[in-house]
Formats: sequence, structure tokens, C-alpha cells
Amino acid sequence: MVTKPLTKNIDMSRPPLDIAAYEANEGYRSLHAIAKGLNPEDVLQLVKDSGLKGRGGAGFPTGLKWSFVPMGENSPTQKYLVVNADEMEPGTFKDRLLMEGDPHLLIEGMIIAAYTIQASKAYIFLRGEYTVSEQVLRKAIKQAKEKGYLGKNILGTGFDLDIIMHTSAGRYICGEETALLNALEGKRANPRAKPPFPQVSGLWGKPTIVNNVETICNLPGILSYGVDWYHGLTNGNDHGTKLFGVSGKVKTPGCWELPLGLPIRELLENYAGGMQDGLELRGFLPGGGSTDFMLPEHLDITLDYDEIAKVGSRLATGTMIILDDKTCPVGMVGNLMKFFAHESCGFCTPCRDGLPWVDEIFREFEGGRGTEKDLQVLHDHVTYLGPGRTFCALAPGATAPLGSGLKHFKEDFDRHVKDQRCSYKH
Amino acid sequence: MSKEVIASTATKPRKLSAEEIAEIEHEMTLYPDKKAVGLEALKIVQKHQGWVSDESLLGISKYLEIPAADLEGVATFFNLVYRQPVGKNVILFCDSVSCWIMGCENIKAHIKDKLDIDYGETSKDGDFTLIPVPCLGDCDRAPVMMVGPDLHRNLTPEKINTIISDYSSK
Repeated sequence: MVTKPLTKNIDMSRPPLDIAAYEANEGYRSLHAIAKGLNPEDVLQLVKDSGLKGRGGAGFPTGLKWSFVPMGENSPTQKYLVVNADEMEPGTFKDRLLMEGDPHLLIEGMIIAAYTIQASKAYIFLRGEYTVSEQVLRKAIKQAKEKGYLGKNILGTGFDLDIIMHTSAGRYICGEETALLNALEGKRANPRAKPPFPQVSGLWGKPTIVNNVETICNLPGILSYGVDWYHGLTNGNDHGTKLFGVSGKVKTPGCWELPLGLPIRELLENYAGGMQDGLELRGFLPGGGSTDFMLPEHLDITLDYDEIAKVGSRLATGTMIILDDKTCPVGMVGNLMKFFAHESCGFCTPCRDGLPWVDEIFREFEGGRGTEKDLQVLHDHVTYLGPGRTFCALAPGATAPLGSGLKHFKEDFDRHVKDQRCSYKH
Repeated sequence: MSKEVIASTATKPRKLSAEEIAEIEHEMTLYPDKKAVGLEALKIVQKHQGWVSDESLLGISKYLEIPAADLEGVATFFNLVYRQPVGKNVILFCDSVSCWIMGCENIKAHIKDKLDIDYGETSKDGDFTLIPVPCLGDCDRAPVMMVGPDLHRNLTPEKINTIISDYSSK
């Protein structure tokens, strides 16, 4: 039985499998199932039944997202699939592995997703910096085209699909799906108002679904091996496997495919090898830079979307950033605030003006000039930049490490004010 | 702000090269709309010229019939479009959270020492420009940076010395 559907073909010590080797290992099976008469509605039902949740960060059910796309004779003839391959969440390094390691898995998944909503054009919105991913994917797309898996009338189904590679010119905000659509249209990547949602009016006003790379890579397995197999992969309440990463001062940082529902402790100790010698775990961001800090007392919580939400954080991208006891928590939060301030698109006032203010205060702390009043201003911003007060999720994302950092590492913030210096610097 | 960075000061568009035009025309087949090709054209011109000058920007504007102001708005939004000349090699230096925890500030200080440049500056010999970049997505091998299209991992001061001599034109 296949237990690692996302990484079974990945071995970074050699080039990725070409199309022949990929097929020899049960690749592109799902296309043959489609050719044998699986309708778009059948595929949608399978994806809904699988319980797959988006792996880009928000964890929204994929089947439900797709079900908002207008279908049938009266629906627009042009629809689009867009793959969000703009991996830029601080501390996140999972989509790179999938694209560099097994490009055909992504292409097979894209064909499934595009077929389901009957989109004849698909764009891969790839980070410009991912130069190896670009080369690897371009080669794989060419092979799939030669084989007749892309292009006109794929396997006699009457379904056409072209995949277009778009390399982005930068900016974190492009990861927000409507900002991404604006960037693809050649505009400044400011997010759009929702509704209308992209499923109804997306790229050039046409129905569009935007899915993360890892989400798409889950599809071939679901179609090839079935929903029961998919549900059997997990120990917990959420289904399927997920890529989990650990970075920071652990013994063996890395990225692994594991079933959802594993205790966090197992990831940290068995896979990441535990903390480096002489260091203690102080806290961690469970899923990239815009998640709330969790603490050592949370290590027995399982890696499930709902379980982590219960303690006020988010599984998000599943890539953890570890804070050790010799690294300054104030400095770490300050680094994140500098990032978010820099990456604000500048469209709405709380984010454009608030984040640089927060960043400025952290520079004061760093320079040994932080005051009690500064601390109060930081606390105020957790509210002012929080959910519902800004145009998109960027600033609320920044408040996650800020608010939880102020709470969990209060003594460190206070000490910076009292001592007028950072005690972690020697 | 110096004159060179304001697009509207250019009055004469640069004539795009045959190669640039061929690549822009190819992009036209991939997008249903000229505006979308505008951003691609900026990247194409940069690939050939190293950066996007005011004259180049105006050249694209004329060729694609996109207002120069619109194109400038786009060009200045995206950090990988360079509106000022850069050195032969652009160092995209990751200073996001995982690299910070792993000590990227020391690495940056070392680069600064070696090349005598800070963010946004180009070395005197014109070989290197140093620019910060958001998380490069290789956090298990932090600290990391790119030089041109190449990713360099697990950086140490010694590795920086080797990288600099490998890419130097001297």
C-alpha cells in the first residue's frame, strides 16, 4: 500500500523521475480512469468525500472551494486553474521539494483539477527565485504534452488543457489569491474585494480556482487509490498526509511527509532529532511566520487543523520554526515584523502605516531604547491590525506572532525595557 | 531622488531589440491581454539589459500600447524588477526568520566587510549588488542566499569567501 503519496518518487540525490519512470510507478493512472468515463461531477464528489483541505495555509476544504465554480452548458466557456507556487511564507519550504522532486505529480494533479472544473488553461504562478523548479517543471510539461496528456482532446475525452508557466517578479502579497490574480494580469498585486470570489469571477473575470502546489499533489493519489485508502492514511481527524518541516536550531532540520494527526513531539524529536546540544525549546511557530507561538507544554497536541486551532494557533503550512532558549524572542518577533512591514502592499492604511510603526518600535527595542509606552503601542496594534480591520489577511497574520509573542514572552519584553538592552547579545 | 529613477524624465524610448520583441511576441500567445504581457516584457528586457531603464520602460510602453505610468506602477511594485543598474551578479540575501535564527546577520556583516556594500549597493568593481529577499524557502539549510540564478546553502563566512571569488570577474 502506498503510504507516502506525495513523496514516494522523491529522492533529491538524483534528478526527478521522467515521464516513463513516473508512469512505471503508477503515475498518470488517474487520467486513464478519467478516460474510462469518470465525469467531472464524479471527480468533484471524490475530492469532497476525501475531505482534502487546502495545504497553502488556510485549510479550506478543496471540494467545497471547487463546488462554487459555475458548471454546465450555460457556464462561461473559458475557465482557469491557477496553481499557487509562490511559496514565500517565512519558514516554509515544502512546495519547493514537491516541484523539484516530482514535477509530474503536480502536472497530473493539475490535469485532474482542471478537468473537474473544465478549465482549458492553467497557469503555474511560480516564485521567480525558484529557478530549479522552473527548469524541472518546463521539462516535465513538455514530456506530458508529447505523450498527449496535455494539449487537445486528452486521451480522447474531448477535454483540452494547456499549462502555462508564469514566473513571478516577487512580493509576498502575491500568495494572497486575489493579489496573485492581479499579478498574473500584469497589475500591481493589491488584493481584490471579495465577493465576488475567484471561483465565480477570477482571472480576467472568468471562473478560476487557485490551489496550492501541495493541495494539487494530493489529487492523483485520491483518484488512483480511492477515498478509503486516503482516509486510512491518517491517525487523526483530518485526512491524508502532509509535508511537515522543521527549521531553527534542531539537530536535523528538514521536511518530511507524515500522516496528519501525529503528536508534535514525534515530529520534533524523532524526525528533527530534538534540540541542538545545550539548547532548550522555548516555543515554536507551527506553520510559518503568520501563526501564533506555541509552547513546550503543547508538544503532545496532534498535527491536526482543528487540534492546533483549539490552542489558538494554526497548522497553516505545517512548517515549524523553532525558538530556542538562547535566541531572543523579541528579536525573532522583530524580524517577522520587519518582514511584514516590508511586504505590505500599501493598499489599506492600518497595514501600510501600522506595520512600519510596529517595526520601528522593535528597532527601538533592539537599540536599547524601548519604553513602557512602546509596549502599549504594540499591544494596541494587535487589536488595530487584527482580523476584520484590514483589507486582507497580511496584517492579521502579522498579529499572530506579535500578540502571542507579547503574551508568552512578556518577561523578555519587560526586561528589554528595564535593562535598556538585549540580554541575549553578548 | 536622482533624475534617473523617475520614468517620466525619459523622452526617447529605446528601440527594443529583435530578440526582445520575439520573446514579447511569444508571451502574447500565452496571455489574452496586453497588460499582462507588460510585466513579462519588463522581465524580458531586464534579462537582456540587466535592468529596466527609463528608455526601456518607454520602449515597452510604446510597443505594447500601455501607458508609461501604468507600467511604472507595476515595475516599482515588484522587487525583482530592477529600475536602477545592478552589478553583474545580484545577491538575493535571505534575512527572514529561519535564516535570522541561524545567524544570517553575521553572514551579512561578512559580505559587507568583503565587498564594502550594504543593501541596495553595488561593489566598486561592478561585480555584485546586494539585495534582501523574503524567505527563500530552503529553511532547513539556513542561512541561504542566491547569486544570480544559483542557490547557496548552509552559509558560513568561509563559504562566502569562496562564493565571492567564484563569481568575481577578476
